[in-house]
Amino acid sequence: MAEKIILQDLIKVFGEHPEKAIHLLNEGYSKAEIQAKTGQTVGVNKVSFSVQQGEIFVVMGLSGSGKSTVLRCINRLIKPTDGQVLIDGEDIVAANAKCLREIRRKKVSMVFQRFALFPHRTILDNVAYGLEVQGVDKETRYGKTREMLEIVGLREWADSYPEQLSGGMQQRVGLARALVSDPDILLMDEAFSALDPLIRREMQNELLALHSKFNKTIIFVTHDLDEALKIGDRIALMKDGAIIQIGTPEEILTKPADEYVAKFIEDVDMTKVLVAEGIMKKAETISLKDGPRVALRRMRELGISSIFVLDRERKLVGMVAADDAWQAVNEDKRADLSQIIRHDFPVAAPGTPLNGLISLLAETKFPVAVVDEQNKLSGIVVRGTLLAALAKKGD
Amino acid sequence: MDITPFNIPLAEGVEAAVKYMSANFSHIFDSIASSIFFVFNLIELLFQTPPSLIIILIFALLAWRLSGWRFAVFTVAALWLLDGLELWEHAMTTLSLVLSAVIIAIIVGLPTGIASTRSRMLSQALRPVLDFMQTLPAFVYLIPAIIFFGLGAVPGIMATIIFAMPPVIRLTELGIRQVPEEVVEAALAFGSTPNQMLFRVQLPMAMPTILAGINQTIMLSLSMVVVASMIGAGGLGDDVLRAITQLEVGLGFEGGIGVVILAIILDRLTRDIVRGKATNRNGSTT
Repeated sequence: MAEKIILQDLIKVFGEHPEKAIHLLNEGYSKAEIQAKTGQTVGVNKVSFSVQQGEIFVVMGLSGSGKSTVLRCINRLIKPTDGQVLIDGEDIVAANAKCLREIRRKKVSMVFQRFALFPHRTILDNVAYGLEVQGVDKETRYGKTREMLEIVGLREWADSYPEQLSGGMQQRVGLARALVSDPDILLMDEAFSALDPLIRREMQNELLALHSKFNKTIIFVTHDLDEALKIGDRIALMKDGAIIQIGTPEEILTKPADEYVAKFIEDVDMTKVLVAEGIMKKAETISLKDGPRVALRRMRELGISSIFVLDRERKLVGMVAADDAWQAVNEDKRADLSQIIRHDFPVAAPGTPLNGLISLLAETKFPVAVVDEQNKLSGIVVRGTLLAALAKKGD
Repeated sequence: MDITPFNIPLAEGVEAAVKYMSANFSHIFDSIASSIFFVFNLIELLFQTPPSLIIILIFALLAWRLSGWRFAVFTVAALWLLDGLELWEHAMTTLSLVLSAVIIAIIVGLPTGIASTRSRMLSQALRPVLDFMQTLPAFVYLIPAIIFFGLGAVPGIMATIIFAMPPVIRLTELGIRQVPEEVVEAALAFGSTPNQMLFRVQLPMAMPTILAGINQTIMLSLSMVVVASMIGAGGLGDDVLRAITQLEVGLGFEGGIGVVILAIILDRLTRDIVRGKATNRNGSTT
């Protein structure tokens, strides 16, 4: 496979006198020492990697590790202080303004953490923006844009404005906007970090689906190990502006390069992967004003034996079991949901660890409701999802 | 106790500078004066030629479209009152003075505001100048205005422009700087040229703030235009000035009411343009 992007000894120094910092970097001083000596901040410290055509390359690190800076050096939203960025063999660092615009228009596009949609433009015009600045005529532009909205499932929202959409939908717009000019490379800066856990997973799946469909080269920046492991073909782990390890997810998990990486994996495994939030699935719900008949019909449609009841603010009120609803419907035509709501089901916080969930599930035939601090239902855990998560862990 | 053993000759210095400029750059001032005069004449023609009823109807229509029927009714009643007080002609002159000053202030101020978002040096250099322009007592502008431009509407408009321009510059700069960094990055990342960035992203997003600045400029112009009647700018200021010199309370009150009516109408109309900008986004899909 061809190498699409090559980064060679990329350095970014923030400050008035970068040459001093580069000099010290070459002599082997650390980021902290250089900061103390010269007042210059080393954002990116001699980063080199290459990304293959069609690969999803994840750059992972905690905040301040320089991962977003690296990403912005690739389309030169940030100008590197030193080093090379080659896209199809062309050096981006040396490109002039016109050449750079051409690359940004045709070859490399970007998805942002906080979506960065244009609030004064409709969804249609947001997605069409890239084509519009290229001077593509209206008919072609809107034709392609509508196709792309169809693909991300937002066709009916074309004439709405960004603020009318939920976070997940806004980021779909962000994705569509990045894909509409058919670029080779997609830069994604913490693209899903601002979304709720369930939506985030949905978007990750959607990205993977889009990737298998369009086969773009993707560089994805994240601080979330689960996300990195899930979508990355290869992962580069960064700390203090430098890359510590590059490898496939499996290599990172099984052969951590040093203690920092080892700790990173260990921490995340214990507290994050195996908590309720990580394995819960979407809850089926009805609202308090629905009657037992509606409840029964929903359960029959979905093939489940119990359903959760939410109030108008989507807070958890209780649960209705299928047999109770059946009885109520048969005995009393004017039965009210409030008479058959039960409260004897287990409840867990999003952070409840797996072993806690096991003991909860052992004592009941109902699902565990995962509820946040505002008593809003985030999801549910049933025996099946729990077992599936355990099985995956054992692999 | 006098701690300076000598007098600082600031007054003499300023006077010499102003004299030097009026002697040596008179052709520049003449061309500025003739363009201002042209703009003012055009606008005054527009307001003085049609019968008052037509103007009232136009304003009522604007008020209805922008603010609703209640304000349209108020506009009709208030303008009718102006006519009834026989202040119509003066009011239209004042309005023309204000609009001339505001249009020129926008033509100069908007690009200046945009430029100062692109150059830190300009922005920093401009700040004390704008403070100076806004805080110097309004009357003081009138003196050099007379020296450079003589008496009449032109020096009045010139003094008004200088006094009223700072909000347009300031709020243009503020509005553009308030556009979130990530949105600017997004526009760049999709290959916008600097002009595309300005006209498709920065200005539209800054527009509510810029319009708020224009609203302030209009209000400041109105107050300055009244003061400028002291150097013969004309309009409602004349009535007020005459009332002051002759101690005619009633006449002063009439002139004052005229100014207030214009202020309310201009303020409300321009504010509702801003509000319209902000809300038609929410309401457009319902």
